[in-house]
Parts: sequence; structure tokens; C-alpha cells
Amino acid sequence: MSPHVHSGDSVGKNMYGVLIALIPALLCSFIFFGLGAIEVTLVSVASCVFFEWAINKYMLKNPQSTVCDGSAILTGVLLAFNLPSNLPLWIVILGALFAIGVVKMTFGGIGCNLFNPALAGRAFLLISFPVQMTTWPKPTLGFTTIADAAIDGHTGATPLALMQQAVKTGDASLLNDLPTSFEMLIGKTGGAMGEVCAIAILIGLIYMLVRRIITWHIPVSILATVAVCSGLLNWANPMYAPPVVQLASGGLMLGAVFMATDYVTSPMSKKGQIVYGVAIGFLTIVIRTWGAYPEGMSFAILIMNAFTPLINNYFKPKRFGEVKK
Amino acid sequence: MSAAEPIKVAELPKVAVFPMGQHIGAPAKPIVKKGDKVKVGTMIAEAGGFVSAPIFSSVSGTVLKVDTVVDASGYAKPAVYITVEGDEWEESIDRSSDLVTLKERPELTDKDIVEKIKNAGVVGMGGACFPTHVKLSPPPGSKPEWIIINAVECEPYLTADHRLMLEHADEILVGVTLLMKAMNVNKAYIGIENNKPDAIQLLTSKATQYAQNGNIEIVPLKVKYPQGGEKQLIDAVVGRQVPAPPALPVSVGAILQNVGTAYAVYEAVMKNKPLFERIVTVTGKSLAHPSNFLVRMGTPMSQLIDACGGLPEDTGKLIGGGPMMGKALVNTEVPICKGSSGVLIMNEQESKRAEAQPCIRCAKCVNACPMGLEPYLLSKLSAMQEWERAEAEDIVSCIECGSCQFTCPSHRPLLDYVRMGKSTVMGIIRARQAKN
Repeated sequence: MSPHVHSGDSVGKNMYGVLIALIPALLCSFIFFGLGAIEVTLVSVASCVFFEWAINKYMLKNPQSTVCDGSAILTGVLLAFNLPSNLPLWIVILGALFAIGVVKMTFGGIGCNLFNPALAGRAFLLISFPVQMTTWPKPTLGFTTIADAAIDGHTGATPLALMQQAVKTGDASLLNDLPTSFEMLIGKTGGAMGEVCAIAILIGLIYMLVRRIITWHIPVSILATVAVCSGLLNWANPMYAPPVVQLASGGLMLGAVFMATDYVTSPMSKKGQIVYGVAIGFLTIVIRTWGAYPEGMSFAILIMNAFTPLINNYFKPKRFGEVKK
Repeated sequence: MSAAEPIKVAELPKVAVFPMGQHIGAPAKPIVKKGDKVKVGTMIAEAGGFVSAPIFSSVSGTVLKVDTVVDASGYAKPAVYITVEGDEWEESIDRSSDLVTLKERPELTDKDIVEKIKNAGVVGMGGACFPTHVKLSPPPGSKPEWIIINAVECEPYLTADHRLMLEHADEILVGVTLLMKAMNVNKAYIGIENNKPDAIQLLTSKATQYAQNGNIEIVPLKVKYPQGGEKQLIDAVVGRQVPAPPALPVSVGAILQNVGTAYAVYEAVMKNKPLFERIVTVTGKSLAHPSNFLVRMGTPMSQLIDACGGLPEDTGKLIGGGPMMGKALVNTEVPICKGSSGVLIMNEQESKRAEAQPCIRCAKCVNACPMGLEPYLLSKLSAMQEWERAEAEDIVSCIECGSCQFTCPSHRPLLDYVRMGKSTVMGIIRARQAKN
């Protein structure tokens, strides 16, 4: 039966392609957070792969193992990116168990999960261990003096917390304490391991676009919506943080580029992807500005993951020859 | 691979085999019996209805038997076998290579042209084999505005159309003027992919000799698959999209003909030559000498393969047509028919299909689909036999180009399922129409 030829693309090629795109951000996290970051990443990846293998073999009794396709490794790296580098390792393992065991494999494994496993893992840990999950070490190497590095393990408010505080108190001057936009772009702020360096993530984005692993629709619609919404708010009242700060802070870049673009949990049509991206951007700003948590990105993505089947139903690609009604 | 190979005349076969179902529509009815003598160009089977076409002998000799043959479909079909003796042509055929244009034959009317095409058994040469006279008889009320000539090689690997354009540009252009006259339109476009600059240049420079005011316009097109699909080509050339079936191209004003058909029309009308030979590309990575041949219909493929250096040892699959839409053939004795644009030999490695993995919902099939369908969804609905939903999701619009399956990283047999679902849904629709 035709076609008799194939492009040679494979699940593995796409997954490992995303992993290659993650390398710049991974290197940045190692440089900024040192040994802790390496430990957390290794433990996260190893436990994700282990849980996937074990569940496949002993619970699902699946003869065709999906461990080799790289998706579990990817989940491991992405989960680690969402964690502080000084997180106790047993919490990391617990997160991996939740991500792979509960969010991915109970729905039937790769392709079947409703929510992004790494993000759901982060949300689970954030709710279960709020203190550990929000205590970031300051990024060190190369940017701070040795004296600064000595106070490892504690930071004042993160940019996001500052931003929310500014809104609550209506005191725009609090925003002056923010790191400069340049510092935030290269990653000199507190945060989870993989999310601090916006530049490294953007390099990954360009790589994925060039390799055609993803299309531009989701990341661009998220970033554009965040820029427009925060621009309007900032224009209305300077106590709301300006677009550059919103874009470069917290998990926004990481979410827009690597989390929201997850194949399995994002819509199929281009129209649907834009709707999804705009909704994520909008929800993120709403949660960041008026929500209980300072960070809105992961919740916004998880909420829209739930809407993905609905979006797939209502936003079809334009059929060839379809007459506009 | 074979684009630079001039067209070679293939040797005559010892026995030529003519399946009766070489076109879309009713099979032809044999009008010869065992022992009858025939010449090149003698009608051996008459049209079996309006949507049908007569079949002509491509050789001279004696009818050996009226039996069956396994054709490209894989089924045994009624066929006429003719033992070849010499090469004697019907006298009515003009065998000279002199170019005859409409200037020399001003008396030809639109009806004459269509009638001659019908009587010469001309069908669409791109592969679908729809009888040409039926296409040139649009339903009442429709208004053809343009002839569009499909000179986009439908699939990778095939070079028959490309060579034909380089070697018979004048005949093709006269064929186009005949089609324009037959349909009473004064504009024709020839769509050529821009990886054939030589053909574009040649036809552009010659077009003015045959039509004034740029009424035959050469349109260079982006190289992409499936640019040669009927609906894709109309969209690319005149920017109009044909609606979903049952709408025909003429509903947006276009009459489409393959470039090979334009050539066959020229020969049928100006040279009285019925359709009994065609250009065939024989190619493959392991083949010693990929070539383009001018082949008499009924020649077994094995003979062409031998002329290219023989069947390679590592042959895994034999394809009639191109790699994306061609049919796997059961043996090398399948005869060349009106729709045989190519023979593709794939080696063992190319022939293997990788194991299917779970769908990861990457949407690459959705992005690849030229018809704006959702192959992942259609294949799932077909597998689950959800025919009503498959119909609602426009499964019958699928043109079976294979782009979805080609691109799927999980190696899922998307088109296998969609094809099955499409034919089932079309059956359901037909049954419903029959009831009402």
C-alpha cells in the first residue's frame, strides 16, 4: 500500500531534538547553580526513566517498551528545570514518580496523557512542599562575589513575588528593586534551575524551529499575548510590571518554549494552537497579577491542557475548498 | 535520476497483452477473437459505455487468445493477447514527423476534436486514466474558463512528463490549442515545477508561435508534493479552490489535462493515431540504467527492466507509478497500460516499513495534509469504524497523496486506515443516494 517511502522521521528524533535544544539552558543551570543542579537533573532523569521502564514492564506488561524513545528523559530534564537546585533529592524522586507514574502512565503512556507530566509534577510538589519549592539559591558563578555566594540557600523576594507585592500595595517603587532586564535575560535572578536564563531558552527555541520540531504558533502567541497584556497594564498604572520584566521572569520563557509546546498535550490545528497560546498568556498574567501564587505560568498551561480536547473539537484546520460562511 | 535520459524506443514485445479495464469507468468489450489478424492501431475492444474508452492494438500480428491477466490492480482481469508479427500499421495513421497545426486544419470544429479524441481511446495520462472525452463534456450549466495543463511531474522519481516536454514541445502546444478549441476557451495555463527550468524556458519561448496575446501561459510552480494533484494545481495556477466532492474542477471554471494527454490529443486529432504507446519512466536506486522509454502498450514490464540492466538482486518491491501513490505489483509480467507513468524498483531496505509507535499528537500529519484534514483523527475513526463521524470530518475529501503517512514520526499506517474508511464512507453515501 502506498506511500512506499517515509521521511525517516521518528519519535526518538523529535524527543532527542528537544533534548538538544535544552542543552544551552541546562549548561546555564549548571554554571549558575553548580553541583546541586547536576545532582537534581541526574536524579530526576534517572527516576523518570526508571519509573517508565518499571511501570511498562511490571504493571502494563507492555511488550513494546517506550523507554528508548527519549520521552522519559525529556520529562526528567523538564521536571528538573522546574525545581530549585537545592531541593532534597527524595522530593525530586517523588516528583518523578508523580509525573511519570500518575500523570503519564495511568493514562496509557506516551501520547495518551492529558496533562504535561513535568508540569503536573511541579504543581504537585509546589502544593505539597511549598517551602522547599520556593527557596532558591542565588545564582553564583561569575556574577557575584565570593561573599555573596556564601549566603547560599536564601534569597529575598524573587522578581515575581516583588511584582505581586507591588500590585497588592500599589507601590510602583518596589519594582526598582528588580534586577535589571539585562540581568534577568541572562539569568541572574532567583528561580528554578532551568527557567532563569531566557537567552539560553530562546536559543533552544530557534533550534527547534529550524529543525521543524515545533512550529511558531504556540510560543509566539504566548509571548505576544503576555507582552500585550502586561504592556496595557503597565501603561494604565506603572505598579504593574512592564512587558520585558514579565517576559524574562519566572518560568515564562521555559513554559512558552518547552512546556506549552509539548506535542501530546497541545492542540493539533494551527488555529487551535494560537487560541491555546493566547489563553495561556492571558491566564498567566491574570494569575501573576491577582492570583494567590506569584507564578502563573505552570497553572495556566495545566488549565489549558485540560481544554485541549475541546479546542481540538472546535478549531479545525481550514479544509481545502471550504467556503467561508 | 532519469531526467537527463532521452526517450528511447522500447523493443516490440513477443506477445502484447491488453487488459480491458485500463481506464476509470466501464471496461472495454473485446471485438476480436482468436486467430484474427490485427495491425498497429486496429481497434481490438470498443468502449463499454459513455464513461469508457476503446482499446487499440499496439502491434501487428495474430490474436492468440482472449483470457485474463493480472494487471496493476493485482486482480486477474479480462485481456486480449496478441502474438507479434512484424510491424504493420493501419494506413489511416500519419506516421510522418511533420508538425500539423490548426492553421493547416482550419475546418476542425470543437465537436470534431472531441469525437476524434473519443474514437482514439485517449484517457488521462497522469495515472488516473479518466476518459478524456468525458472531461471535455462538462455537465450542462458549467462554464469552462481555462484549460490547465498539468506538467507537474506528479511524483518524485518520475521523469516521463519532463522528457516529453523537452522532446515534443511543439506537439504538446498544438495539443493545447486543440483542447482550447474543443472547449471554446481562449486561455490555457501550463503549470510546471521550477526544478525543470529547461522545460519552462523551451515552452515559454515556443508558446507565442501557437497562441497570441500570451493566451498560452507557462506558470512556474514551487516544487512541492502533491503539487500535481488536480485540486492543488488549480489552486496554485489560478488561485481557486475546488470545493469538496462531488464538486468537479469545472465548478471553478477549470478543465485539467495532463501534459501527456495534450500530446496524445495532438496525435489522435492531427495524426489519426489512436492511443497505443506512451512514455514510461523505469527507475530505482539499485537499477543499473534508469531510463525513459516510448513503449507500446501491452509490453510486459520485465522487458523494460531488462533493457535497464535487469532486475537488481536486492529488489524488495516493484511499484507501478511513483513512490507516494503507486501500487505494489505482484510480478514483472504486468503489461504497460494507458496509465503506466512509471515503474519504480525499490531495494529491500527501502521497502521495509518500521514498526508503528503510539501517536504522540505532534500534529505533523495535520500540517502536511494538503486538503486541510486531520489524518490522525480520520485514521482513528476508521479504525474504530465510526463512519458517521468520519463522514462529518470530511474523510471523502482525502486525495490519498500519502503525505501524512510519509511524515508521521511514529510510522503509523495513517493512509491505510483512511483509505479503508474513505471507501466505506463513500459506499455508505452511495447507498443512501440510491435509497432516496
